[in-house]
Amino acid sequence: MADTSHGTGGLAFDKSKRAWPNEVNIFIALVLIVLIFEALGQLLPYMKGQSMLFDFNSGRDGTILNMARIKIIILQVSIIGIIALGVTQVIITGGIDLSSGSIVGATAMISMSFAQTELVNGNPNPKAIFGPWAMDLPILVPIAVGLGCGLIAGSINGLLIAYTRIPPFIATLGMMVSARGVAKWWSRGNPISFPTDEYAAISNGNLVDGLTFGVFSESWIVTQVFDGQNPAIYFLLLAVLFHFIMKYTVYGKHTYAIGSNEDAARMSGINVAWQKVMVYAVAGMLAGFAAILLTSRNVTAQAGMGFVYELDAIAMAVIGGVSLAGGRGSIIGTVLGAMIFGVIISGFTYLKLDAFYQEMVKGGIIVAAVVLDQWRQRRAALKS
Amino acid sequence: MSDDIVLRTEDLTKHYGGVHALEGADFELKHGEHVAIMGDNGAGKSTFVRQITGVEQRTRGRIWLYGDEVNFAGPLDAREAGIETVFQTLALADDLDVPDNLFLGREMTKWNWLGPFRVLDYKGMRDATVAGLERTAVKIPNIRNTIRNMSGGQRQCVAIARTATFHSRLTIMDEPTAALGVQETAQVENIVRQLKEAGEPLILISHNMRQVMDLVDRIIVFRRGRIVANLDRDETDGQDVVAYITGAKTGVEYEGAA
Ligand SMILES: Nc1ncnc2c1ncn2[C@@H]1O[C@H](COP(=O)(O)OP(=O)(O)OP(=O)(O)O)[C@@H](O)[C@H]1O
Ligand SMILES: [Mg+2]
Repeated sequence: MADTSHGTGGLAFDKSKRAWPNEVNIFIALVLIVLIFEALGQLLPYMKGQSMLFDFNSGRDGTILNMARIKIIILQVSIIGIIALGVTQVIITGGIDLSSGSIVGATAMISMSFAQTELVNGNPNPKAIFGPWAMDLPILVPIAVGLGCGLIAGSINGLLIAYTRIPPFIATLGMMVSARGVAKWWSRGNPISFPTDEYAAISNGNLVDGLTFGVFSESWIVTQVFDGQNPAIYFLLLAVLFHFIMKYTVYGKHTYAIGSNEDAARMSGINVAWQKVMVYAVAGMLAGFAAILLTSRNVTAQAGMGFVYELDAIAMAVIGGVSLAGGRGSIIGTVLGAMIFGVIISGFTYLKLDAFYQEMVKGGIIVAAVVLDQWRQRRAALKS
Repeated sequence: MSDDIVLRTEDLTKHYGGVHALEGADFELKHGEHVAIMGDNGAGKSTFVRQITGVEQRTRGRIWLYGDEVNFAGPLDAREAGIETVFQTLALADDLDVPDNLFLGREMTKWNWLGPFRVLDYKGMRDATVAGLERTAVKIPNIRNTIRNMSGGQRQCVAIARTATFHSRLTIMDEPTAALGVQETAQVENIVRQLKEAGEPLILISHNMRQVMDLVDRIIVFRRGRIVANLDRDETDGQDVVAYITGAKTGVEYEGAA
C-alpha cells in the first residue's frame, strides 16, 4: 500500500482495489430469496412440493419456467417500479419523495377526464366529467395532461425544497396530502371511467407488435413474455434510459455530486437548486406516467389510486442499495430491488399466506432495508 | 489602475449577523507574486477567500481582477474568470472518483445539444486527469477510486491537482498541507514552486511558518477580521510575524485598526 502510493507512476487501474459492485450483492440476495421460497415449497407439507418459479411437468410454454407467475411478478412491480426510478434519483440527491402515490391519484383523475369517449354502447358516457368538447380527444392530449400534471406537482416539490430550504420530507408530505385532496375534489370522489380505445391500449394493447411492426408476433418472447405486459416494457425501457442518464450524463453526475457533498457541489459551480428542481420534476413526471399506465390498465380512475405507492417505491430503491444518506445507489440496483420486492410479495401469495400477514411483513421489509442501509452507512463512515 | 496588479480589494467586509468576520480589507497581489495569509484560528482568512471566490456575497467592498472590477454571482463565475481555489473544506464529492471531482461543474461533454442530458466524455476526462497528475507529480494509486476510500492526504492531493490541472490566472490555497505527512507536504510545496516558476500568482493560507518563509514573497497578517500587517519576506522573521499574529505588534499603516 505504502509503496504504491509513493511510487512514481502509481496511476494504473488497480483491479484489486476496485470494490465489488453492490448490485452483485443485491442480485445474490434476489437469488437467495427465490431459493428460500423454493425450499419452503418443498419443505412445507401443505405445499405438496410445488415450485414458485419453475414448472417442470408441462413443457407447454416451451420453457421450464412458470411464466404465468413470473409475468405477474414483473407486472405487479412495473408501475410502482417506474415511480421508483424517479424516487431513486431523489434519494440520490439526499432527499425523499413522499408524494408520488398521491401524485398518481391526482394525475389519474385529471388525465382520465381528458381520455373519455363520448358514446358507451351507443349511450352517452355515464361518467362524463366534461362536455362533448373533451370527448374522444386525440390520445396525445390525456398523455400530455398526465405527464404535465406530474411535472407540475414535482416541480412544486423541487421549487419548495430548493428555494425555501424546507426539508424534502416536509415539502413532499405537504404535496402528499394536497395532491390526494385534488384527486378527491376533482370529481367529488366519483370514479372516472370509459376511456377511448386508444387510451386503454396504452397498457393493454400489443405494444411489442406495434413497436416491431408485427415482425416478432409469433415468437416466444412476444407470446410468452411481453404479451399483455406493456407496463413491464415501459418499465424496462425507462430503466435503461435512466440508467444511461444517471451514469453517462451531466444530469446524473450532478445528482450524485449533490448527494455526496452538497457544499462541494455548490463550490464547484453546480447550480444545486436548479438540479434539485429538475430531479423532483422528473420524479413527478414518472409518477404521472405511472398514473396513465394504471388508469389505462384498469380503464377507470379512482381518487384512492396510488395509495402508499411512495413507500413501496422507496422500499424498492432502498432494498436495491440506494442510500438514504444520498450519493450512492443506481438504477440497476433499484430494478433488482423491485424484483426482490415483487418476489417476496408474490412468494407470500404462493405460500398461501393471508393478505394481512403480507402487509405486516411488507412493513418489516421496508424497515429491514433501512436498517441495512444504516449499517452500510456506518461502515462507509468508518472508512472515511 | 496599473495592469501588474492581479487582484485588488478595497474595504472588503463580511458580517455574519453580528459577527464581523472580515472588516475593511485592502489587499493587493502583483503579477507573479506569491503571498501568504497568516493569522490565528477565526481571524477571517477563509472568510476573505470566500468573498473573492464568489462562494459568499460580501457585505461591502470592491474587488478588481487584472484591472477589471468583478462581481461574481457564484463560484463558477470566479472559476471562469480564472481563479482556482483549494478550499479548506476541500469541496470534494465523496462518492465520486478522481476525474469526476477534477471536472465537477466543468465536465468534458459530447452531444451538447442535449442540454442537461449532454453526455460525459469519460475517456477525455480520465486522460486529462492522468496528464494533470503527472505534470504536478501528485501520486494517487487509483484514480477510479472514490474519494471516500482515500486517506486525508490523498484527498488533499486530489483537491490540489484540481487547481493545478486547469490553467489559472490566480491560484488560492487555503491550508493545503494541514492534513498531510512530510512527503505529501513536500509534494504540495513543489507544486507551489512550479507555479512560481511559471509566473502564476498565488495566495497561500498557512499556519506553517517554515513553509511560508520558504515559499512566498510577502506575508499578510489577519487578526480578528482585520489586516494588521503587510510584511516583505526578506525583511521579517518568524518571531516578528508571530508578534503581529498574537497582537503584540501592529503594522504602522494599520494603527487604530485592531
Ligand atoms: N457561515 C458563518 N456564519 C457565522 N459565522 C461565521 C461563518 N463562517 C465563519 N464565521 C466566523 O467568522 C470568523 C472567521 O472565520 P474564518 O473561517 O474566516 O477563520 P479562519 O481565519 O479561516 O480560521 P482557521 O485558521 O481556523 O481556518 C470566525 O469567528 C467564525 O466563527
Ligand atoms: Mg480557515
